Amino acid sequence: MKRKDLLGLHGVSREEITEILDAALTMRQVLRSGNKKTAHLQGKSIVTLFYENSTRTRMSFELASKYMSAAAANIAASASSVSKGETLIDTGVTLDQMGTDVIIIRHPMSGAPALLARHVRASVINAGDGMNEHPTQALLDMLTMREHLGALTGIKVAICGDVMHSRVARSNIYGLTAMGASVVLCAPPTLIPVHIERLGCTVAPTIEDACEGADVVMGLRIQRERQQKGLFPSVAEYCDNWEITPQRVALAKKDALVMHPGPMNRGVEIASSVADSAQSVIAQQVESGVAVRMALLYMLTRKEVQA
Amino acid sequence: MNLLIRGGRVIDPCSGVDAVLDVLVQDGKVARIGERLDAEGVTVLHAAGKVVAPGFIDMHCHLRDPGQEYKEDLISGTRAAARGGFTAVCCMPNTHPVNDNAAVTRYIIEKAQTQGSGVHVYPVGAVSKGREGREMAEIGRMKQAGIVAVSDDGRPVTHANLLRLAMQYADHFGVFIMSHSEDVDLVGDGVMHEGFISTQLGLPGITRAAEEVMIARDILVAEAEGKRIHLCHVSTRGGVQLVREAKARGVRVTAETAPHYIAATDEWVLGYDSNCRVNPPLREEADRQACIAGLMDGTLDAIATDHAPHHQDEKRVEFHLAKSGISGFETAFCVSHTALVRAGHMTLGGLIEKMSTAPARLLGVPGGTLSVGAPADIVVLDPDREVTVDASRFISRGHNTPFDGKTYFGAVCATIVGGRIIDQA
Ligand SMILES: [Zn+2]
Repeated sequence: MKRKDLLGLHGVSREEITEILDAALTMRQVLRSGNKKTAHLQGKSIVTLFYENSTRTRMSFELASKYMSAAAANIAASASSVSKGETLIDTGVTLDQMGTDVIIIRHPMSGAPALLARHVRASVINAGDGMNEHPTQALLDMLTMREHLGALTGIKVAICGDVMHSRVARSNIYGLTAMGASVVLCAPPTLIPVHIERLGCTVAPTIEDACEGADVVMGLRIQRERQQKGLFPSVAEYCDNWEITPQRVALAKKDALVMHPGPMNRGVEIASSVADSAQSVIAQQVESGVAVRMALLYMLTRKEVQA
Repeated sequence: MNLLIRGGRVIDPCSGVDAVLDVLVQDGKVARIGERLDAEGVTVLHAAGKVVAPGFIDMHCHLRDPGQEYKEDLISGTRAAARGGFTAVCCMPNTHPVNDNAAVTRYIIEKAQTQGSGVHVYPVGAVSKGREGREMAEIGRMKQAGIVAVSDDGRPVTHANLLRLAMQYADHFGVFIMSHSEDVDLVGDGVMHEGFISTQLGLPGITRAAEEVMIARDILVAEAEGKRIHLCHVSTRGGVQLVREAKARGVRVTAETAPHYIAATDEWVLGYDSNCRVNPPLREEADRQACIAGLMDGTLDAIATDHAPHHQDEKRVEFHLAKSGISGFETAFCVSHTALVRAGHMTLGGLIEKMSTAPARLLGVPGGTLSVGAPADIVVLDPDREVTVDASRFISRGHNTPFDGKTYFGAVCATIVGGRIIDQA
């Protein structure tokens, strides 16, 4: 891997994504073996710098680091410290001085990882920035899809939910289209960002259209605040029109996968009966997450050794 | 003090002069313009190969004094203006305290006169006390102290009735309103123009409607009252069209745009460069073209910098947290000249009209012409010289510019106010 950082999947090539997914496959063997310990990151120090709560993603990165024998530390900065505390650049410079090899950042504002990466020597992995990107989530989604569907080329992925505010949606659009998959979005018009189709996806008029013949139906979290902000009138009306229900999933291919990056709002964007169905691979996504993050950490730090 | 500007191409849109001539300045005024004037006993400024024009007049800038001198003050600001070829500037009232009373107005004028570079400073007073949009400020007293217009710039006059009343009231004192036309509700939490680029960057967007809704309202209120309104920093295609239509039906509306709206687009935000954060935001190519077309057909009367200096700490942060604004004095001419004149949209005389003659006329201030008897507020330009912007060498305390490192055509060689050379490159 030639890059210093992974800030997003925008502009990342099919070859590079394949390389990461292949490496993740190897890492998953490690995870599935009895002894989850490798020396890949011995002598490396990895910091998770989270300005937003996300136990799931942070734990996933932390375990990935520890399984590979890195020294892992966690900085939990509150969202309010973004504007009131030390500046992001100063924090980054401090971490650099402490000899950090990789900084994993989660931040409520789009572009924050890019700002950090410009000012630090350490590699930066974007663990989610604002509404921009969440590349490791899309990579783990693709790893999961590849395992079940064989290849990503030519598959149809329906993404339903709050596309507007979703960094997961953007990273999946970039990643999946690079891999030759087609991505169809579906959401209330108030939750579809302008000109999103210019990213290479399409917007379906109804969720039925989106699900029709899909290989994957992916839900995105609908936060209750969106309703209070006037983006849709009620959860009930949302469900009438956009919830992923068994009837809608039935329109997809016979063994279509049901996915969700979590945390789910059951009974809002996805029905419990769908989330818990045999087609659901939501739990496996979590395992893929650790494998993908192990692979990335290894590839980014190995690059440094070669340099 | 007497000065002879020798052998330059004199361009004065006001009197229609465009010829290689000498300009003789006596007692701070333009005394004679002609060929081979006698240089006996006067200082000579050689201008062969250069352009001699009336000094630029900036209708819209932020000098940050009083209160935010760490960003800029009346000394650094007027020196930066002189470097940019400006001989007069209008500073907006969003200072601390707000210029909403005669005492602040007098402070600004006096400090500029005693400590400034020589550039004339014409304060713009607030429409409302504290720029809070509730009670009208003492427009009459501020006018007496020296304001040339009123504005709550940085914010719109949200309540239409206050705008209406202020139009009526200000008109009595010969003062007009400069409107920062922005519907705050439509802006929401937006930080850049809403379009494909905001979608790609995952940044909350600002719809064009946020600007256009208020431009339409401002025009309609002015039309109903038969009063005058000036629209600041027009940036959208729809905004230009609204002004065009209003002018066609006789509404007393005038408008400005800024160099960045005719030279940059939202694509510049790719990479999250916080120096591209400005309000109104950088728009799309179609809007840029519309602003240029608006300048060409007279819909947009003037180019104003909206010079908005900030400390580097206020820009070296996440895009969301960065302050809006561009330090514009020192790039206004080269950027506008390259985007308009070199690109073939207008003549150099046309640009001088937009940066000098028209602002003088709109504001009712001296300058904007080199006719005999006019104040010797003059700029000497080298339009064909290539300049690479180096923000670290700005005289302004604000080094915030999206133009840093870029190359343009057009240098300011000398700035003369009242016959005195106040800046010479
Ligand atoms: Zn403004």
